Amino acid sequence: MASTKEIRSKITSVKSTQKITKAMQMVATSKMRRAQERMRLARPYAEKMVTVIGHLSAANPDYKHPFLVTREPKSIGIIVISTDRGLCGGLNANIFKNTIYLLREWQQKGAEVNLCLVGSKGLGFFRRLGLPILANVTHLGDRPHVKDLIGTVKVMLDAYREGRIDRLYMVNAQFVNTMTQKPVVEQLLPVAPVESSDLAEHWDYIYEPSASDILDGVLMRYIESQVYRGAVENVASEMAARMVAMKAASDNAGKLINELQLIYNKARQAAITKELAEIVGGAAAV
Amino acid sequence: MAESLIHVDVVSAEGEIFSGPATMVFVPASEGDIGIAPRHAPLLTLLKAGEVRIQTPEGGEHLIYVGGGVLEIQPKKVTVLADTALRAKDIDEAAAIAAKQRAEEALKDKVDAISQAEALAELARAAAQLKLIEKLRKLKG
Repeated sequence: MASTKEIRSKITSVKSTQKITKAMQMVATSKMRRAQERMRLARPYAEKMVTVIGHLSAANPDYKHPFLVTREPKSIGIIVISTDRGLCGGLNANIFKNTIYLLREWQQKGAEVNLCLVGSKGLGFFRRLGLPILANVTHLGDRPHVKDLIGTVKVMLDAYREGRIDRLYMVNAQFVNTMTQKPVVEQLLPVAPVESSDLAEHWDYIYEPSASDILDGVLMRYIESQVYRGAVENVASEMAARMVAMKAASDNAGKLINELQLIYNKARQAAITKELAEIVGGAAAV
Repeated sequence: MAESLIHVDVVSAEGEIFSGPATMVFVPASEGDIGIAPRHAPLLTLLKAGEVRIQTPEGGEHLIYVGGGVLEIQPKKVTVLADTALRAKDIDEAAAIAAKQRAEEALKDKVDAISQAEALAELARAAAQLKLIEKLRKLKG
């Protein structure tokens, strides 16, 4: 049986680990709340964008912006959003698995796949595949900003405009609730036709300079806001996943401490019994 | 005097900036600054960098800096979809180039990782060969 001193030091080390995991759990909880709030704040902008796009595409049906035209997919682009840090359960693994499915599906159809990676975990994983990585951004932090994403998104939009990719997908973790984060694949380009009920109204906007110019600016911003939303949602998912993982770790540490405490007590009692027996034995011999 | 008011929403992708009634709004549209009074004709236009000036019914004034964006006007409602970042063709271009470079650098690191893995594999092969030679020697000797 291990000596009582050894067990005691083991208990101390598990206790300090538990302190860390508990702290991480609490930090993740508060960060998750803030990320959820940011998700909510991003919604009105995207909704407004959708109605404006609806108006614009209805305004001049003869003009088709390249972002709205479906082309034969010979080559696709995937924006993969992952976390920068680990210790968040199976979140990243699930995102990568879904991406690989998507990738294989298109490769089987004979399409080329180009990647755009957001987050350093994705970079570490996908650069082993040897697929072309068009753009990459890492260390967005817990508060992603649109300005950090503009360049990355622009690379993909330019690739689409120039015909190097014919379809653009985004994979990120969707925040369902605290316990569930689901990896989702979303098609960003071409933009799905917008159905809006109020389009049937008689009046239309005055467009300055022209509807096509505005449409270009609006579509670009729309895609950016979608990627921003994906990034924020991913942060919320990351924090939720970390919270759950750290809670499980703290619970396991607690169990381990209990078990060790039991072994420690038994060892201590055994030592006392042994000592007593020795004393009694010694006295009897005298 | 509810009819001489116009509702103004200034929203960005990262959150709401302003929401409330106004008597008059001035915005830096791409074709020149425009002033919007209540019951303005419906208009859609792009914005350039500048300040949005909102005159509130109480006589106050709100100044909001926008980096660019989209402006939508309906007779009773003005919506400014503001950019949080300063936008310009060359700034965007520079950001795109930076993103590309990061990807290229990441791929360069990969080459190093591969050569390292190859070296390790080579080492393992050599070690295995040495072991085999030793075994053979023992058998002979």
